[in-house]
Amino acid sequence: MNNRSTRIGILFVMAVVLVFVAVAGHAGRREFWLTPPKSETEDYMVPPPPFTEGIFPCSECHADMTPNPKRRELKEEHTDIQLKNHAENERWCLDCHDVKDRDKLRLVSGEQIDFNHSYRLCGQCHGDKYRDWRMGIHGKRTGEWNGRKEYLLCAHCHNPHNPRFKPISPKAPPERSENIQ
Amino acid sequence: MPDKETRDERVFRLTRRKALKGLAAGLGALALPKKDASAAVWESFFQKNFRELSRAEIQDVVSRLEKEYSTRYGKPVKVKTSPPMEGVLYGYGLDLSRCIGCRRCVYGCVGENNQSRDPQIHWITVLRLDKERGVDLEHAERYYNPANVPEEGHFYMPVQCQQCENPPCTKVCPVQATWKENDGIVVVDYNWCIGCRYCMAACPYGARHFNWKKPGLPAGEMNPDTHYLGNRPRPVGVVEKCIFCMQRTREADGKYPACVEVCPVGARKFGNLLDPQNEIRFVIENKRVFILKEDLNTQPKFYYFYSV
Repeated sequence: MNNRSTRIGILFVMAVVLVFVAVAGHAGRREFWLTPPKSETEDYMVPPPPFTEGIFPCSECHADMTPNPKRRELKEEHTDIQLKNHAENERWCLDCHDVKDRDKLRLVSGEQIDFNHSYRLCGQCHGDKYRDWRMGIHGKRTGEWNGRKEYLLCAHCHNPHNPRFKPISPKAPPERSENIQ
Repeated sequence: MPDKETRDERVFRLTRRKALKGLAAGLGALALPKKDASAAVWESFFQKNFRELSRAEIQDVVSRLEKEYSTRYGKPVKVKTSPPMEGVLYGYGLDLSRCIGCRRCVYGCVGENNQSRDPQIHWITVLRLDKERGVDLEHAERYYNPANVPEEGHFYMPVQCQQCENPPCTKVCPVQATWKENDGIVVVDYNWCIGCRYCMAACPYGARHFNWKKPGLPAGEMNPDTHYLGNRPRPVGVVEKCIFCMQRTREADGKYPACVEVCPVGARKFGNLLDPQNEIRFVIENKRVFILKEDLNTQPKFYYFYSV
């Protein structure tokens, strides 16, 4: 009797271990894309952010100014910047730009981040694109296919204030075969 | 002896046998290099199939070609023979939801891979398709030329060599001048190719191109980083095709192919299918993927996908 219950106990433990191993193994196999390939804070190899010339650091002008956190349309400065096709009704400047330190961006959590980590800011809403970007699927990635990869910030291709792509002119079509001599 | 018979003996009489002999000898002589040809021409004439060359012979061939190209283009030209890398099977991804049909890839490829400018050869053909019809090759347009792309109601599908795992082109080659390498790249030995163009007829993707004339390649635009089986300057009368930029990719720190690097929207992806961490594997496992003309069982390693 005692012997039998021990046997059942051993069987039960073995079953539990088996299930655990199977689940862990499965999770391990899939882990590479469920978890980001690099840690959040680690730097991706990106070129410097594409600032308009002479505009950065922002603190050069903003340091002496008292910030006005009230949502409004800017009439004196930065009139060229228009939020367009980018949730302009829901957001304004200080949702992304930090009110205290103008040389930083601001996450929803209140965390301040540098401009060269702006992908974290974009990734707050565009999580699927952020995941694809880290894997090298969304956006252009150059460098070495089996070595160091060079990323681009979202802002290198998309104007953050008006992110939709503008049409470009195509290169010449191929010569028609009847014209090839 | 009657006059007629004497005359017949002296006169040359063309029999069928003599005619055929002469024809054969004449054609044979035509195929030979000219009398004043240099030693290099004779060497290339007697060169074996690339796969039968010993290491020392490859060295000889490479130095002969490097010398020839360097003189012709007036700059030091490198001819690599880097073999496939262990544990690598190249795969290519093309994001149809991103491609805008700007043809930057076409000309990036021409520059990198020394295609003939005149007469024009393009390894990449960008097709314009109707969104309403989907991937319907019957209604594809390759000569589109609007002021701006993308155009309303259209999407674009670049087509190049699909690097088939089961390539129909290599099977029809009567001289085995084209074959699939261990890293999956289908290559051509331009010195062995006889120009019969059977492979072009066999390819269902129109990915092979023939040098009808001596390729027009301006010395200034010639890319001196070349591979024997890849982008080295081609002679007249041989077939050429996309080789996944093997002069760039077959390296320990291999660069991405030129078309990947030049694409302004990042629609082109490239990597190692055998590496589970690789981006191309991520594409295959997580995106909607299709291969072109799947029904032909060519098993392309060129994956069209939609990222959104």
